Amino acid sequence: MLQIRKLPLIVFALLIVVFPWIARGVPAIANYPDLMVFAGIYCLITIGLSLLMGYAGQISLGQAAFFGIGAYVSAILTAKYGMNPWICMAIGMVAASIVAVLVGVPSLKLRGHYLAMATLAFGIIVFIIFNEEGEWTGGPDGLIGIPGLNLFGFQFNSVEKYYYLVWFFVFAVFLFTINIIQSRDGRALRAIHVSEAASSATGVNVSRYKIVVFVYSAILASLAGSLYAHYLNFINPSTFDLFFSIKLLIMIALGGMHDIWGAIIGAFLITFLSFEWLHFFEEFEIIVYGLILLVVTIFLPQGLAGIPHMIKNWLRR
Amino acid sequence: MDEERTDTILEVNDVVMAFGGLTALINLNFQVRRGVIKAVIGPNGAGKTTLFNVITGTFPPTEGAIFFKGQSIEHLKAHEIARLGISRTFQTVELFTNMTVLENVMVGCHMRTKSSFIASGLRLSTVRRKEEHMREKAIGILKFIGLADKCNESADSLPLGERKVLEIGRALATEPTFVCLDEPAAGLNETETLAASNLIRRIKDQGVTVLLVEHDMRVVMDISDDIMVLNYGEKIAEGPPVEIQNNPRVIEAYLGGGEEYDA
Ligand SMILES: Nc1ncnc2c1ncn2[C@@H]1O[C@H](COP(=O)(O)OP(=O)(O)OP(=O)(O)O)[C@@H](O)[C@H]1O
Ligand SMILES: [Mg+2]
Repeated sequence: MLQIRKLPLIVFALLIVVFPWIARGVPAIANYPDLMVFAGIYCLITIGLSLLMGYAGQISLGQAAFFGIGAYVSAILTAKYGMNPWICMAIGMVAASIVAVLVGVPSLKLRGHYLAMATLAFGIIVFIIFNEEGEWTGGPDGLIGIPGLNLFGFQFNSVEKYYYLVWFFVFAVFLFTINIIQSRDGRALRAIHVSEAASSATGVNVSRYKIVVFVYSAILASLAGSLYAHYLNFINPSTFDLFFSIKLLIMIALGGMHDIWGAIIGAFLITFLSFEWLHFFEEFEIIVYGLILLVVTIFLPQGLAGIPHMIKNWLRR
Repeated sequence: MDEERTDTILEVNDVVMAFGGLTALINLNFQVRRGVIKAVIGPNGAGKTTLFNVITGTFPPTEGAIFFKGQSIEHLKAHEIARLGISRTFQTVELFTNMTVLENVMVGCHMRTKSSFIASGLRLSTVRRKEEHMREKAIGILKFIGLADKCNESADSLPLGERKVLEIGRALATEPTFVCLDEPAAGLNETETLAASNLIRRIKDQGVTVLLVEHDMRVVMDISDDIMVLNYGEKIAEGPPVEIQNNPRVIEAYLGGGEEYDA
């Protein structure tokens, strides 16, 4: 029975809560809470992507586009029209889900490579729009002057405050997704992954579930985009390019797609690698990612989250 | 006549299934009476599995109509047909190999339970109650098919005989009134075959109509009420087991005696 245990979750939550205090006392990691904000934002995307790819078995190479849609909707409506950021965040998620339905209905009929190509093309088109629709998006220069977030007069105006805000969202989304996985909907998604024929013969509405999980992943990516825009206060298109979509795939491949914890582990590792530990590789960074993907697919097909399982199987033999 | 009409649960009218140049089903007509075990037999490539695929909505027939309980179903999608009460197993077992035995059956319970994605995500108390209900129902079915003790094992780890039985269990979990079983005894040993025959009889005793494709003639002759014989997509005979056993056309088709037939 697929059971996600509570204890690791509680331990993880406690670590997240106390981490900023620890970081304050250790100069070497003083900037880590800032990185953890980004890791949290990426976690939101990878959790959705893990449900879509690892559980339901549908590939998407266009998640950066949904991330960008959230970021740009929030940025444009707040910076240009002075609207309430929380409302803009919601509008972003609605916009992302509408786009996801429009893209998903035709593409999710496709399988494997074709679905990958369709979502890839979608991602590229959205990236071009971000670049070219300068009047709205500011073109390649991007948008500045995106306000920070506040709630009932409380300003999320420091790294630490924003850290707690982001991780509040991550935990809410993580719990929601764990509940989905352990419900009849989660079983339906896992069933589709293995056999669409058997799923539909068993009464699972396969195309509806594919759309639902695609929309869900798009909404999470959009939420992440809004949080990203309000944290950095400026955005430009290069954040939302194809390479970012691929980086997201590397995150869940490294963490492990078949386990929702893999989404968290992968987002963490890749964030720290790219912001902190891979600086000296500079433009060769991309080669390192390629190597990671290669090593993982060959030696760790279940990702890092699959290691305990691998060890268990070894011992049994 | 009227009596017979209401007695019919499935009616196949002039069904043609063409794959490009190959016509796998040619103007097929037959009916299935409620509550019987009807066997469909015929040599390899006769179109038996294709018939199942057409009935269960894997693909629509090229031509013709199919009525289930008086409702035309040939244009419906597979999951809609499942909802109406037709369930199936697959010739090459299609279990959810990433799940446990229990979970496989619970997927079968899926469509008879309602809950929204959001309610599931929030794990509302109604969702928890339904989950418990599905689990109990699935365990009941596992007891019925004799796999209750394998509940938490991975479906993938079962031997073939049990995988076939589990697939039947998953089909039963959809609360069908009509099940299509595609070679449930293929690859089974003597004891397993006997158990499978028994299980199919018990399914019939529950009031479920069974459409059975099977190559093992002992099973077919033993448990069917009615047999239809297909050859190259055409019905060549139909009737009770004794009649079919002695039908010269059937014997010829099974001996592969094309020449004899021409002569
Ligand atoms: N999806 C398909 N596309 C093309 N041809 C198909 C398809 N499905 C079946 N066929 C062809 O239709 C014919 C009937 O196949 P079918 O699988 O229905 O036979 P069968 O009676 O089930 O045989 P067996 O006893 O070997 O299972 C075969 O010639 C097969 O190659
Ligand atoms: Mg067949």
